[in-house]
Amino acid sequence: MIESLAHRGPDGFGYLQEGPVGLAHARLSIIDLSSGDQPIANEDQSVWTVFNGEIFNFIEIRAALERAGHVFRTQSDTETIVHAYEEYGDDFVHHLNGQFVIALWDSRRRRLLLARDRLGIRPLFVQRDGRRILFASEIKAILAVSSQPRRLDVDGLAQVFTFWSTVGERTVFAGIRSVPPGCMLKLEGEREELVHYWHWSHPAAADSSRLSFDEAAEQVRELMSDAVRLQLRADVPVGAYLSGGLDSSIIAALVRTRSDVPLRTFSVVFDDAEFDESSHQQIMVRHLGTQHTSVRCTHGDIAASFPRLIAHTETPIVRTGPVPLMILSEHVRRCGFKVVLSGEGADEVFGGYDLFKEAQIRRFWARRPESRSRPQLLRRLYPYLRHSPVGSAAYAESFFGQGLRDVDSPFYGHSQRWVTTRRLHAFLSRDVQAQMAGCVPEAALSEMLPPDFARWSGLSRDQFVEAQTLLFGYLLSSQGDRVAMANSVEGRVPFLDHRVVEFANQLPARYKLRGLKEKAVLRRAFAHLLPPEVGGRVKQPYRSPDIQSFFKDGRAPAWVEELLSPQRLGSAGYFDGSAVQRLLAKCRAGRAIGFADNMAFVGILSTMLVEELFLKRGEAAAAYNAGLASAAAAHN
Amino acid sequence: MSIKQQVRHFILTNYLFTEDPSKLADAQSLMQSGAMDSTGILELIMFLEEKFAIKIADDEMVPDNLDAVDNVVAFVERKQAAR
Repeated sequence: MIESLAHRGPDGFGYLQEGPVGLAHARLSIIDLSSGDQPIANEDQSVWTVFNGEIFNFIEIRAALERAGHVFRTQSDTETIVHAYEEYGDDFVHHLNGQFVIALWDSRRRRLLLARDRLGIRPLFVQRDGRRILFASEIKAILAVSSQPRRLDVDGLAQVFTFWSTVGERTVFAGIRSVPPGCMLKLEGEREELVHYWHWSHPAAADSSRLSFDEAAEQVRELMSDAVRLQLRADVPVGAYLSGGLDSSIIAALVRTRSDVPLRTFSVVFDDAEFDESSHQQIMVRHLGTQHTSVRCTHGDIAASFPRLIAHTETPIVRTGPVPLMILSEHVRRCGFKVVLSGEGADEVFGGYDLFKEAQIRRFWARRPESRSRPQLLRRLYPYLRHSPVGSAAYAESFFGQGLRDVDSPFYGHSQRWVTTRRLHAFLSRDVQAQMAGCVPEAALSEMLPPDFARWSGLSRDQFVEAQTLLFGYLLSSQGDRVAMANSVEGRVPFLDHRVVEFANQLPARYKLRGLKEKAVLRRAFAHLLPPEVGGRVKQPYRSPDIQSFFKDGRAPAWVEELLSPQRLGSAGYFDGSAVQRLLAKCRAGRAIGFADNMAFVGILSTMLVEELFLKRGEAAAAYNAGLASAAAAHN
Repeated sequence: MSIKQQVRHFILTNYLFTEDPSKLADAQSLMQSGAMDSTGILELIMFLEEKFAIKIADDEMVPDNLDAVDNVVAFVERKQAAR
């Protein structure tokens, strides 16, 4: 099992066999390089743990535990876990500030706890295999030993082809579950209990605040400054990503205020101006005086690295965005860095996405549907898109006017996106469509809504849904942990310090979206640290070329043509071969420019890669892996 | 092929990825049925301009002209008659 996770921890392995439990650990050494090996036990070796991630406040927890009489043998953050469990019982997770998954074995009580951090920054999967429970940071480790049949979970696929990711406990592998963010799975004998110890929550109709806008900005400043202080803790150098946007610029600027050592920053640049943000990156590099490395990512690079990406995401995806970040983390590692900070999470926490603005405009318009002027506000969205959905005013009005009055729907802000993504379902084979009959992806999400959800503000509802879908299932996973750990790099996300999230979630919507200005309170908090070109910049979402990456002069790489050939599609059985061939013809002709076509191509290709890499058993998958590795090497 | 046949064929193969004629009714709204998203309109306009040698002005890019096979056919016929 653990060998398959060597990329997550190339610095050493550790094992423990204790009674009915086996713990194994692959170490990426960042804190206490000399004595932090795992598994680690408490004083009398009755409590053992392995964990992946970081406990950022381990120094403070340790001080409190030592005052309570606990004796530490190492300087590692890991050791705080076993002592904190002794001291606080199952509530120990509430004392941790970090990004972690923890397996803790209490040999006296013969119970195993599996805990995941509040925001799900680190992954954790489980499978029941007869009388065994298998658990690991990645699914491939479970597949390495499981005796269960390998099957695609079609409901999981329906979710990916709607939300961009699975939600809750579901994965695309039948029988393999994800432990959701903020959860602890307690296993004792045959009993199993999943406890949600933390919730992404908003107050009911938070239109008022005891804090003024400026006071709120001041608190954001203090909390973010402290989050960065804690997340700089490491016994190895820490770098930062610099995308050119507001969020990563804030992080880099905050790091800069804490150190006189030149900060090392990293970014991706593209040849295509529609995706490239290098001019803003350079503004920040000059402003902060960072030592900067940018990695140019070509169409060919994205296509060549795509199979390796899917080996790490372990799920189909519908956009290529994670690929350049995987290529970037490879360079980070080559430059000698194991840890990078990023601006991920700010858009969800402070209301940065166009989707939030779009939903607010539609709600405003829905109060007077006959208004001619209100829908005109839609024209201010998506200035960065070459093929904008608001390019034609009449069409924008028609498109965004669908479901306009359905303002009480919990998914008001998202349903149109999901309709577009769901167009992928038209490519599924009759057999898979029949298996999906009766599956309503939104139903799984409905079950996750908190009881007072309907009384939250519209923006809070949209933020919650965004967190449960795109943030947890995609940005932190396929585009976060997985692409960094692919190259043994740990990404840290100060905006997702739970104190920041909890504070921001209490703020009124108008502190986040001021008119159509996104992340208003965040901008106010850090205007003094940023040049005006960056501090006042309208959000440009990170994207990378999709179909264009795979087709040059009307031809795709041989492995793509082979994988999407009628024979291969037929034997896998997931897709309607003739529909896929028509899509490919459109791609070859350069006519596939819309969102739906791009998502369909990437979704189909990645699903077929999941089949080849994970679902086919034994030699076929191994041979395929080897072939892909040599194809990628040839490209490089 | 008639204008209608060409338009139907384009929509079926380009947006619905099928040649099954039962999947497309002539009066069906392309947007509301999910056949076309808001960016899909650009593809349709390129097709009509190339295929029928017409020029479509910005103010003609409205659902009344383009959101169903029947509307598209009537629009193209009007444009061709006006040439």
